[in-house]
Amino acid sequence: MSRTVREGGLAPPSPVAVARRWPAVLRSPTLQGFIFTAPLLFLFAAFVLYPMLSGLYAASDPDSYRAIFGDPVFRQTVSNTLWYVIVAVNVKLVLALLLSGILDYPFVSIRVLAALFLIPWAIPALPGILSFRWMLNSQWGIFNHLLTKLGFQSVPWLAQHDTALAFVIIFHIWKYLPFWTIIFLAGRRAIPNELYEAAAIDGGGVMQNFFSITFPLLKSLYLICTLLSMVFTLGDFTVPWLLTGGAPGDTTHVLATLAYRYTFAMGRLEWGLSTFAVALPVTLLFIGMLMRWVKI
Amino acid sequence: MTMLALTIVILVWTLFPVYYMVLLSVTPTNDLFQPALYIDNPTLRSYVYTMGQDNPFVRYFWQQLLTSLTVSLWTMVLVGAIAAMGSFAMARMKFRFRRYVSGLTLFTYVIPSSFLSIPFFKLMADYDLIDTKLSLVLAMVTFATPYALWVLSDYARSLPPEIEEAGAIDGAGTVATFFYLYVPLIIPPLIAIGTYAFLYAWNEYLYALLLLTGEQHIPLPVAMSNFLTTDNAPWNLLMAVSTVYSIPPVVLYYAFKRYLVGGLVSGAVSGT
Repeated sequence: MSRTVREGGLAPPSPVAVARRWPAVLRSPTLQGFIFTAPLLFLFAAFVLYPMLSGLYAASDPDSYRAIFGDPVFRQTVSNTLWYVIVAVNVKLVLALLLSGILDYPFVSIRVLAALFLIPWAIPALPGILSFRWMLNSQWGIFNHLLTKLGFQSVPWLAQHDTALAFVIIFHIWKYLPFWTIIFLAGRRAIPNELYEAAAIDGGGVMQNFFSITFPLLKSLYLICTLLSMVFTLGDFTVPWLLTGGAPGDTTHVLATLAYRYTFAMGRLEWGLSTFAVALPVTLLFIGMLMRWVKI
Repeated sequence: MTMLALTIVILVWTLFPVYYMVLLSVTPTNDLFQPALYIDNPTLRSYVYTMGQDNPFVRYFWQQLLTSLTVSLWTMVLVGAIAAMGSFAMARMKFRFRRYVSGLTLFTYVIPSSFLSIPFFKLMADYDLIDTKLSLVLAMVTFATPYALWVLSDYARSLPPEIEEAGAIDGAGTVATFFYLYVPLIIPPLIAIGTYAFLYAWNEYLYALLLLTGEQHIPLPVAMSNFLTTDNAPWNLLMAVSTVYSIPPVVLYYAFKRYLVGGLVSGAVSGT
């Protein structure tokens, strides 16, 4: 074992320290970097890359694609997923951008409101979904109870495709709106106040401020959030699965819940994997765009 | 005036589902099928049944809670350790393939975990790890690490370069510098990302559903969703369990709010 002394050391190292020092080979920065990131690299290799590649390999049979594209449930699922991702994400982010403007006012009442507003984000998805499910129950739910009291017909909210899908979207917005609102709030607070002061001198109104200062400066943040939220929502399982479970009659599945059904209820593993593989090109495109724009 | 109306709309929208959950949890079973906005005679019976495991639906309540807790704590510890090591390398060292590590990290953060769930399930089945907490912990650690790594690396970059210099003067090697000089300095963000990892595992549903089976082995959320498979689920009991399950996250989120947003997006915020 070679004991090397660091060049240009200010104090002569104590013998104990020298004994503890690594041999020259181990002091190469590349090797040290590798040692400290080894657990990370292991996790990625074993539980991200390997599952993804083995999944793609198992889904490489064209027959399973032919089979799922021939399945009307699959086609309905693709349409549901597109509705879910496009409508839920965009409505949510527009609302978040507007709400962040309200929550930015420096009043005590607004601060209290902002704190209460975070509750859906703090509560896990599952209890929220359960609460929505019971509220939407056709017979004993509070929604239909109030509707009939006001003289309207009761609606089988979760027992018909359109309203069931709509409530998957509504729940998503309820749960995740606070998170993105805080993100935009942080973005707004990073805008220098002088810009608004200058605009006030020029007599700019609220709308003008928004379109000529706030939005241009938040544009790239907004775009990144849109991409990120779309990718996350594309793979969402919990909300659709627990709110509708694909019911009525497997019409409200999204990709993740359909893949679960193919794999575990029907025993068609390769169909389940192919379902995800179909969404992979779009996902990778989005991820590629994010990786170019996001600096870490 | 419009502001007031808007505030009321936001409050009702935000709080009503939560209020309704708590309301149901204190509703006596007889009143369960008479929907109302409030109840006259609230009862804590559902909570008593839950705590005493005094109903077939909550027979294993404490055990399931313990499973959730065990998985979350292990995730917390492992994510903390792996991210602390990783952030030391990413923020304080220069090595050749660093770029690729950060690429992989971002990729893991962004790819929806459900996309990997089926192959991951197969992998765990191949190694006979289904129905072990280890399999769930591995999945949770994998998906919670990227965010933790960013938060820590961000923080570590802001530390002065004197750490390594002090280490070099004392003749400490890299390992000693890491343990004695670096780790004590990153304790505050380490606590925050530990909380994040804990909550990530506590809230997880899909992987828990796939990897753990059997009433005595499943964590709380899976047990709750199993209520739904029966026709006459006792909703007041379910909501009592829901409320108990929600308390730790709500407390932790409010305590650590500042640390739980940002990360990836905070970079984007300052970058604009």
